[in-house]
Amino acid sequence: MTRAGFDLDRILNMLGAWTLAVMWALPLLYAIWTAFHPSAYEARFDLFAPLTLENFAKAWSAAPFARYFLNTFVLVTLILTGQLILCTLAAFAFARFAFPGRSILFSLVLLQLLVMPDILIVENYKTMGHLGLVDTITAIALPYLASGFGIFLLRQTFMTIPRELDDAARIEGVGVLGLLWRVYVPLAKPTYLAFGLVSVSHHWNNFLWPLIVTNSVNTRPVTVGLSVFSAIDSGVEWATINAATLMTSGPLLIAFLLFQRQFVQSFMRAGIK
Amino acid sequence: MTARLPQTREWIHGWLLVLPALVFLFAFTHIPAVATIWHSFFSTPRGRRPSRFIGIENYEKMLADPVFWKVLGNNLWFALGTIPTSVAIALVMALWVNDRLAGRSLVRMAYFTPTVLPLIAVANIWLFFYTPGFGLFDQITGALFGWPQSNMLGSPASALNAVIVVTIWKEAGFFMIFYLAALQSIPVSLREAALIEGASRRTIFWRITFPLLMPTTLFVSINAVINSFRLIDHIFILTDGGPDYASTVLLFYIYETAFKYWETGYGATLTVALLFMMALLAIGQFFFLDRRIHYK
Repeated sequence: MTRAGFDLDRILNMLGAWTLAVMWALPLLYAIWTAFHPSAYEARFDLFAPLTLENFAKAWSAAPFARYFLNTFVLVTLILTGQLILCTLAAFAFARFAFPGRSILFSLVLLQLLVMPDILIVENYKTMGHLGLVDTITAIALPYLASGFGIFLLRQTFMTIPRELDDAARIEGVGVLGLLWRVYVPLAKPTYLAFGLVSVSHHWNNFLWPLIVTNSVNTRPVTVGLSVFSAIDSGVEWATINAATLMTSGPLLIAFLLFQRQFVQSFMRAGIK
Repeated sequence: MTARLPQTREWIHGWLLVLPALVFLFAFTHIPAVATIWHSFFSTPRGRRPSRFIGIENYEKMLADPVFWKVLGNNLWFALGTIPTSVAIALVMALWVNDRLAGRSLVRMAYFTPTVLPLIAVANIWLFFYTPGFGLFDQITGALFGWPQSNMLGSPASALNAVIVVTIWKEAGFFMIFYLAALQSIPVSLREAALIEGASRRTIFWRITFPLLMPTTLFVSINAVINSFRLIDHIFILTDGGPDYASTVLLFYIYETAFKYWETGYGATLTVALLFMMALLAIGQFFFLDRRIHYK
């Protein structure tokens, strides 16, 4: 292989990589463009077009986005808290305790990786009806509180922790929960971070189930709020819709840009099973 | 292993620890899954008329429902359109980003950003992209090739394909991450040894990298298959399943049946069809999943 040939290969690869990157960034850049410019520039590209925040102001006042954000925030916090507690306890049992039915119960946990609550909408809606929870944030959160994925991920991490630490802690007279809290949880911090980021971004973005189970401003998360807002497409300008779109993805997007490395590593960690 | 605990105490501790999670898992996953099958044999309750056992009537209705078959075909096309393409693009992306490349982190960011955006927001952005006449898509094709104005989302022939493009765009960057992780775990020495032997880049890829990435490819493919049944958020915004069911997939049809027309009995039957396909998938992947679990 000649040196020139090698370089040509490099250049072609770089060209390809960048072309794809531009294609992948284009829709988002386009949305940013329209959101920050007056609607007259929606489809007209002029480097010196005046910048404006008016579209954001319009979107913000046209729909109760503040309330939607609050709902999403409560929802995501509720789910993450529940998941962390339930998954930690279960993962600890599956990793360190021998009890009858362990392996069959664990396969049932893994089954949730395939049959997710997302597809059992008909039956889960009935359940929420029986519980009198339709149109509450609790109802959005309940099906996701026990995450098969979270249990699996934490179990894998807990199993790598040396058992000598168990014994050392026991000699100190630490009980089961103390052992979990003082030894296992601190050592699994990177896994918790990874799971937390994946869970938050997943439930921030979730749409179908919240759409079904909510029907008022006081419970709708931002994703459903956005769809309600942009569905009245008759009067609303594109620039305003795009501003609302950016707004709803804004917090995640900013968090992602700031913590890009952690995000990517977390998703990677969550994927290596 | 917690040797100092008597055996029965260890059992009790184990059960108590898994109990809370299992209650929620059973209540919202396992029991609903079984209840769905049970309810698929019942009629939809209407007003004062409660639901009654009707045997396989719902199933007969389903098999005779032309929309069901159309939707199933759409779902198959959706799967065929999204899975191989997004997995292949993800692999290429990972190879590029893993290599020395000018502006690597910027490129990686561009690839990955769609993953953190809500699919519903993504759909809004793409809707504008596809707008006939002055959307960016028409502007570009018009300026470059002089193509006439298009109506990708409005015509039955192209609506589903337009949805597929958005799905690939959203998924590829996510799958790239898994490939990237796998690529970084391949020992550099393998590649160096091959280079010393005079192997070309092409040979190294097909003989070393690609086979070693096989478990990742399987894992990513399973995810892609599950997603092809599950990812429907963008359809709500882009096409609302239309025109004339051209872009409706199974889960979307279940939603429409159960929550637009409130045919919950038939909705349960359609869900069983979906579960059935998931089960086929599970059986197909059983051995692989098993291997993956005992991997560590």
